[in-house]
Amino acid sequence: MQVLIPTPLRSYTDQSFVEAQGGTLGALLRDLDRRYPGIRFRMVDEQEQIRRHIRIFVNGAQIFDIAHSLQPADEVCVVQALSGG
Amino acid sequence: MAAKKKTRTVAKAKSKRAAPARGGKSRHTLVMVSTRKGAWLFHGDAARREWRTDGPHFLGQIIHHMVLDPRDGKTLLAAASTGHLGPTMFRSRDLGRTWKEVARPPAFRQAGAGEKGRSVKHTFWLTPAHADEPGVWYAGTSPQGLFRSEDGGENWAAFSGLNDDPQYRARMGTEQDGTPDGPKLHSIIVDPRDPRHLYFAMSSGGVHETVDGGKNWTPLIDGLAVVEGLDAKNLAFHDPHCVRLCPSNPDRLYQQNHCGIYRLDRPGKSWKRIGEAMPKKVGDIGFPMTVHPRDHDVAWVLPMDGQSVWPRTSIKGEPCIYGTRDGGKSWQRLAKGLPKSQAWWTVKRQAMAADGGDPVGLYFGTTSGELWMSRDEGKTWDCMARHLPEIYAVETAALG
Repeated sequence: MQVLIPTPLRSYTDQSFVEAQGGTLGALLRDLDRRYPGIRFRMVDEQEQIRRHIRIFVNGAQIFDIAHSLQPADEVCVVQALSGG
Repeated sequence: MAAKKKTRTVAKAKSKRAAPARGGKSRHTLVMVSTRKGAWLFHGDAARREWRTDGPHFLGQIIHHMVLDPRDGKTLLAAASTGHLGPTMFRSRDLGRTWKEVARPPAFRQAGAGEKGRSVKHTFWLTPAHADEPGVWYAGTSPQGLFRSEDGGENWAAFSGLNDDPQYRARMGTEQDGTPDGPKLHSIIVDPRDPRHLYFAMSSGGVHETVDGGKNWTPLIDGLAVVEGLDAKNLAFHDPHCVRLCPSNPDRLYQQNHCGIYRLDRPGKSWKRIGEAMPKKVGDIGFPMTVHPRDHDVAWVLPMDGQSVWPRTSIKGEPCIYGTRDGGKSWQRLAKGLPKSQAWWTVKRQAMAADGGDPVGLYFGTTSGELWMSRDEGKTWDCMARHLPEIYAVETAALG
């Protein structure tokens, strides 16, 4: 499925939309990390929690749990919640 | 990730008094500056008069600490995060010309079911291990964690079981107990005579020592004061800001603490408050402390205002260094060339360093983005760079 990558993480992917696969959000992020090493830890911490300023939307709805199931046609958007200066 | 680089010549020495550095004609000084928005490398000539600026590296990323591996003279490690992404680390094998993200940055163990785990917010401190252990590094994190890499910083693992030790976890306090930017493990020190003899400090959590390569740790807090009204026996109340070991005498340690300046001569175990010899109107509160590379009686501190609500700025807006040349029996004010008034600087614990020159060069960076240096052991000061982002750390190295 297509995954939208926010600009702060495009140093890993070099493109805004990338392909990745997974039956859950966690599996999708692992596949992303296999393709773009290091990208997952910058979005998800060692306790499997989505980091504070990362927002992940599936078909427009924000997802908080990486165990969330995904379907092949789902649209996944990773968004960086910028704040401060 | 490629670092953005540009090179130009800046900062020509203005001082007419500073004597040329005599040591190492063919060597030059590298000053590594880590900031809230990236990192810079300043390459000095042998006299430390002309400086070539290389940077920014990692523009926009928080660089907490950048250190050169003295064992090969070309490998740099940079501990990075941003305000919005998780932490990571970058490594350069060619003095910053190219950078590569490491494979496995420091991370705590994943918690079991029903257990509350911790997450590394950032790596705060980097220390190359002993000269006989090439490729080995130690890292301290926020919240407090101790990590070790045995492959030049590429992969990191928890070191010594400390991170999950219930007794040590209690000593670390909660994440609310630390500094505004999170509690930190710092001042990781390797005895140059013995790779198994290590020290580290925690803010908060005290100073600790191992003599068996991390199997057992012993607190070293005797003689250290804590905030009035608190129990000095409770490690969680101890806040060492910066601990340094004297390269010329590894049995001597100096410490700038939340509650004073101290010296410890081993095998003694009780710190002596040498800050009591500071002028009363200045006091002995600060963040950084730096020691002379060849004379264990010489050290420098940068006093800050620790009164009332703790402004943590230069006292009365008049920045100065204080130096001792007799192991802390007396202190001398060193401020020639620094602003005389209305300079409300804060200098963080990692942001002051000494080089190996003769006379020793001193460097410090302010949170307002100014980099200052002295070529004569603090007698006179010049501004090397200004308008940098908030400076988090300053390190030096001699390059051949």
